[in-house]
Amino acid sequence: MRSLVALALALMAGPAAAQQVDPQIVGDSIPRSLTGQPGDATRGRAIVANRSVGLCLLCHSGPIAEERFQGDLAPSLAGAGSRWSEGQLRLRIVDGSRLNADTIMPAYYRTQGLHRVARNFEGRTILTAVQVEDVVAYLVTLRD
Amino acid sequence: MRRRLLVVGLGLVFVATYAAAQVGSQSGADKRRSGYRDMGEALQKMQDDDTANPGMLFVQLGSQLWAKPAGVANKSCADCHGADAASMKGVATRYPAIPAGSDRPLDLEGRINLCRTQHQSADPLPPENLDLLALAAFVAHQSRGLPIAPPADPRLEAFRQQGEEIYRRRQGQLNLSCAICHDDNAGKKLAGIVIPEAHPTGYPIYRLEWQALGSLKRRLRNCMVGIRAEAWPLDAPEYTALELYLMERAKGLKLETPAVRP
Ligand code: HEC
Ligand code: HEC
Repeated sequence: MRSLVALALALMAGPAAAQQVDPQIVGDSIPRSLTGQPGDATRGRAIVANRSVGLCLLCHSGPIAEERFQGDLAPSLAGAGSRWSEGQLRLRIVDGSRLNADTIMPAYYRTQGLHRVARNFEGRTILTAVQVEDVVAYLVTLRD
Repeated sequence: MRRRLLVVGLGLVFVATYAAAQVGSQSGADKRRSGYRDMGEALQKMQDDDTANPGMLFVQLGSQLWAKPAGVANKSCADCHGADAASMKGVATRYPAIPAGSDRPLDLEGRINLCRTQHQSADPLPPENLDLLALAAFVAHQSRGLPIAPPADPRLEAFRQQGEEIYRRRQGQLNLSCAICHDDNAGKKLAGIVIPEAHPTGYPIYRLEWQALGSLKRRLRNCMVGIRAEAWPLDAPEYTALELYLMERAKGLKLETPAVRP
């Protein structure tokens, strides 16, 4: 929670602005990049590791040894790139509730259907389209 | 609740925990845990040892304020309630409650402020004011070790239900509810921190992260900020509703005021 508070404060300065891109869902995936460009896996790793940006390690563990404090509310991210295609990973980041309506994983690229969002985050996605692509590019590299 | 669970096996454990929470201490298999049990041994020792527990300094301050005349009436709490440090024994176990002549519940701080305005003709102290917290700690400390015992007043039910609705509703940019963390995932680790069951057993608490004594409201706001939800103003009735629900859920657990938390 300490980290959640810290990240909330940290992000007040430069939160992700809502993008205009409309992700096209095909089956259980979003095959096309939200930006039309491939993401950067190195930047993606940094986003996933950073609990005040990606927040992923609040709930997940993953092969990121320097981050000692990881979560166990969700499956490990290790091997995610073997289990899922790039498009499947993209939909899971954009809006996992499309696959599991009761998921606790936040939708990283959705602003609708939320309740009492703090004013400084209102109308903003958790990650930008560029950041989503960076995270996807990193997850694809996580092979068993 | 079941639908939200991540893993069916764990689901059963949590359902059992929750069921125990509902029947309170009458059940032989009460698995509810105070946050005390989720913190390290060093912090437990700090809480248990009155000479090491920083909260005790505030209890002492509260004891002085108890005897100090205040307001236009120039009366102290002791003038009405007695100087005896046990005259408030058991009181904190049954708050929030509806005071005579009112139809809305007040938390313990609210009750103290009512005494200030009604009996001392003094201004109410603002939320998180040090004197207010110290007085609340002094009063609640007298119930340390006693089981939480919400009053049977049927008028409280609607407020309690409002609290439960808030507790179960997803909110904030992260779209999480109190129940997702504190019922479904209690005991698991959020970024390495064990998620407690959210029993309000120790308030006001001395929280190391704050380096200060703070109220339950302040704690609840921390959780709301964490999920990027818009927190209510500190005097909002929603906190009292949540507290009523949390106290009912913690019925029978022992008060620990002043608790220490990380
Ligand atoms: C609040 C908790 C939470 C946060 C924060 C979170 N996730 Fe998840 N995630 C889950 C849960 C729970 C699942 C399991 C599937 C489900 O519930 O739908 C999951 C599933 C996944 C999966 C599929 C895993 C598999 O192998 O089946 C991936 C990939 C994933 N998350 C990546 C991420 C990334 C990357 C981030 C951060 C940008 C993130 N998650 C943030 C809770 C979370
Ligand atoms: C994302 C997970 C999460 C959500 C959602 C959440 N909390 Fe918490 N809560 C925590 C964690 C973790 C702690 C312990 C923090 C620490 O010790 O650093 C905590 C602590 C608490 C405590 C203190 C318990 C004690 O022992 O003193 C209470 C009470 C509480 N939460 C109530 C709530 C309520 C009510 C809500 C909804 C408005 C809520 N929480 C939402 C994770 C959460």
